[in-house]
Amino acid sequence: MGRYFGRKLLIYALTFWVAASIDWMIPRFMPGDPVQSLLSRSHVTPEALPALQAYYQNLFGLDQPIWAQYANFWTSLLHGDLGRSVYLSGTAVTDVVMGALPYTLGLLVPAILLSWWSGNKFGAIAARRKVLDNFFLPIGYILTAMPYMWLAIIVAWLFGSVLGIFPLSGGYSYAMEPSLTFDFAASVAGHWIMPFMSLFLVMFGGWAIGMRNVIIYELDADYSRYLGSLGAPSGLIRRYAYRNALLPQVTGLALQLGVIVSGALVTEIVFGYPGIGKLLLAAVQNQDYFLLQGIFLFIIIGVLIANFLVDIAYVYVDPRTRVGMRGGAA
Amino acid sequence: MKYTKRLAVMLAVSSIVVAACGSGAATTAPSQAAATAGAATAAPAATPAPAATPAPTTAGSSDTYPRNETLYTTGTMWGPPSDASYNPLDPNPEMGTVGLVYETLFLYDPIADKFTPWLAESGTWTDPTTYTIKTRSGVKWSDGTPFTAQDVAFTIGLAKIKAVGSNIWTYVTDATATDDSTVVVKFSDPAYQQWAQWTYNSPILPKHVWESKANEDILKDKNPNGIGTGPYMYKTAAQDRMVYVKNDNWWGIAAGHPVAPKYIVDIVNGANNVALGELMQGGIDLSNNFLPGVATLVDKGYVNTYYKQAPYMLSANTAWLATNDLKKPMDDAAFRQAIAWSINVPDVVNKVYGNIVSAASPTGLLPTWDKYVDKAQVDKLGFKYDPAKAASILDAAGYKKGGDGFYTNKDGSPIKLTVVVPTGWSDWEAARDVIIASLKAVGINAEAKIADYNARTAALQKGDFDLAVVNDVQLGNTPWTYYDFMFRQPLQDPAAKNRNYGSYSNADAWALTQQLDKTPVDDVAGMQAITSKLQKISLTDMPIIPLWYNGAWSQVSPVGWTGFPSEGGTQVYPVTWNGYWQMSAIDMLTQIKPVTK
Repeated sequence: MGRYFGRKLLIYALTFWVAASIDWMIPRFMPGDPVQSLLSRSHVTPEALPALQAYYQNLFGLDQPIWAQYANFWTSLLHGDLGRSVYLSGTAVTDVVMGALPYTLGLLVPAILLSWWSGNKFGAIAARRKVLDNFFLPIGYILTAMPYMWLAIIVAWLFGSVLGIFPLSGGYSYAMEPSLTFDFAASVAGHWIMPFMSLFLVMFGGWAIGMRNVIIYELDADYSRYLGSLGAPSGLIRRYAYRNALLPQVTGLALQLGVIVSGALVTEIVFGYPGIGKLLLAAVQNQDYFLLQGIFLFIIIGVLIANFLVDIAYVYVDPRTRVGMRGGAA
Repeated sequence: MKYTKRLAVMLAVSSIVVAACGSGAATTAPSQAAATAGAATAAPAATPAPAATPAPTTAGSSDTYPRNETLYTTGTMWGPPSDASYNPLDPNPEMGTVGLVYETLFLYDPIADKFTPWLAESGTWTDPTTYTIKTRSGVKWSDGTPFTAQDVAFTIGLAKIKAVGSNIWTYVTDATATDDSTVVVKFSDPAYQQWAQWTYNSPILPKHVWESKANEDILKDKNPNGIGTGPYMYKTAAQDRMVYVKNDNWWGIAAGHPVAPKYIVDIVNGANNVALGELMQGGIDLSNNFLPGVATLVDKGYVNTYYKQAPYMLSANTAWLATNDLKKPMDDAAFRQAIAWSINVPDVVNKVYGNIVSAASPTGLLPTWDKYVDKAQVDKLGFKYDPAKAASILDAAGYKKGGDGFYTNKDGSPIKLTVVVPTGWSDWEAARDVIIASLKAVGINAEAKIADYNARTAALQKGDFDLAVVNDVQLGNTPWTYYDFMFRQPLQDPAAKNRNYGSYSNADAWALTQQLDKTPVDDVAGMQAITSKLQKISLTDMPIIPLWYNGAWSQVSPVGWTGFPSEGGTQVYPVTWNGYWQMSAIDMLTQIKPVTK
């Protein structure tokens, strides 16, 4: 088991180093100067411009040679410092990202886990009920084929604009201040539901369709037929089939994480929901390379951690992995 | 009644959700239903009634900010306010830092072209190099300390620190508070126009708070809860909004400026669908975003703008076509003239903007500076859209068409110009396409150059462009800023260039520009004489080609507040952008009234 995780950890460390280095490189090799664009947006008199420029270049560490900047990047990264945001007047990127992170995680984690869990259950049931299957199959395909943004816009238009049930934007009512009251919690939930729903529905469709297809295959597999011919109850066969069908779904979850994160980003933008996505949009609009770099780094770390968790989970759901790690033959 | 209806709809929706999830997902349904039911109680506060029923919903008891006391704005902030700077010396502070919290000596009203004494009771040139400021009495900082002439003298002195980013000490020699209400400022060579700008743009800071901060690190201070003299104070900030609360001890209330909203909630800019949706529902009262196609909504009565018909918006700055005079054939004034005559600006105004902007005067001067425009001269020398005339200018100047039907350089080499605008500025990109089509129609080959804002700015500074759309200089009290932008000499270092991108060199024009800067602000005839000469140069030499006036984008919702500025009402800019509060937008707050008491 130790060797398995050791190998995995090494691969993750390598991936992180490459991804972080590319993440550091891209902004710096893009044309243009973030300090200049910060100053060109404000109306600084020509006489005062050089002084301010020097001040900001020093603040962001841009006045050092490029190799020193790369060394500084890793030194501060290992100290948990991601540099300073240019357009937020030098606020530490870590603080900026940490402020937005709870909103994004609050959307993503429930949406991923609930959709995966309920999608799998539902897909398994649909596979065995003809009527349900006929009804669900087209809906599931439409849902999963829908871009996150498109469904988000439809949800926002229908429930936000036309019916006016849910608020169109914000993390909680603009008329409120955070407090430990039921009303505030209700406001948070009310603002959360639409972005959650649009993420959940797309993912739910994908998982359910995937599970449905695999279950149909598993129920037709030799072991299921053999069990059936031995007279095992169909509930038992289904339980075995379900456990086997779950394996590709777990792998799928690991593969899908990156796509899901980007889906959450556009969803936040459509609903004006404060989170990493909205921050990313602002960073792009303001050419804030340090913030961009920091956000991508968080996404890289998040996706790697999630993948690692999936790897661990795999050990538990697939006995063959466990056996393999003990050196036995599957 | 309304509540019951909402609840019914909500139940219907949650049942749809449950149905869609089916029995397999039944266990998820309770949590969703709970969240949905929770939203019911929040809904009245969170979503004001749709535009169809413009009676605003009464605020629930849970609201910290009652609807009839709160103004909801958006359009200035791009990032999370909880991370932003509230430092008035920061080049890009949070909305309202200057104007709502910190105040200036004067206000300037660009519509009436008038200065209003604000923290100053008066400011007079007692002799040509001495400016005497009498400070307003009875003003207190929000911590209760009285505001005095010492604070003004201190603030002027602070501009010596390089990081403050001010140039006044190139012409100011001394600033002393002679008593508690008098400041005497001495000048070596007074730049009257620039100084007038300073008096309404630079916030006065409390000496007792800032003297301990005064060093090069002064910009690092984020300064929330800043101590100002202004009508509002910082209350709180979150990821997506920030809140100001009225300062009940503000001097202006007794002085005839009773600002109406108790709270101002400023919301971070979102996607267009969010801004439009919130505006239509009355969730946002004032949006200073560019919203394409907003004219249709105005015509239907959903939202209001300053003008009821085209151009709908007041003008904020001129969009120019910068021509790179260091390159052939843009170094030829006749060629630049031909470009000016060939561009189909009416198409930009009608088709790209749907009439929410207007075509610029051939002088490029904003409508506010109309009195400085020498109209007879413009009639004689000014250009307009006329492709035939453009072609005849080129023919007369000796340009010949090559085999491909496009004009060539005089040495026979082909001409292929590039036009650059920042990627993602969709209106400018559409305008760029009109410009390219217009040039090609006349016989000047052109294509788009794709570059994001940073790359485009770098290209402008290094002179690595042919034609570029720019709008660097904003509305203000003096056309001097525009001539400084057009004619600035000597050419700046490419690393810090923010004027005269085309590198046009004309010593006479620069001398006149400096002379204009040194003309007293009240000497309108003197200014007119100089600007007339400058216009003659700009109209004949065409160093930069004025295209259209970008709008001071502002759309207001009739749901929560009435009495917003309009052509027939209060005539001020209904704009919350930095720099506009002290251009009299603060008057807007005294004129608006809540729809419900």
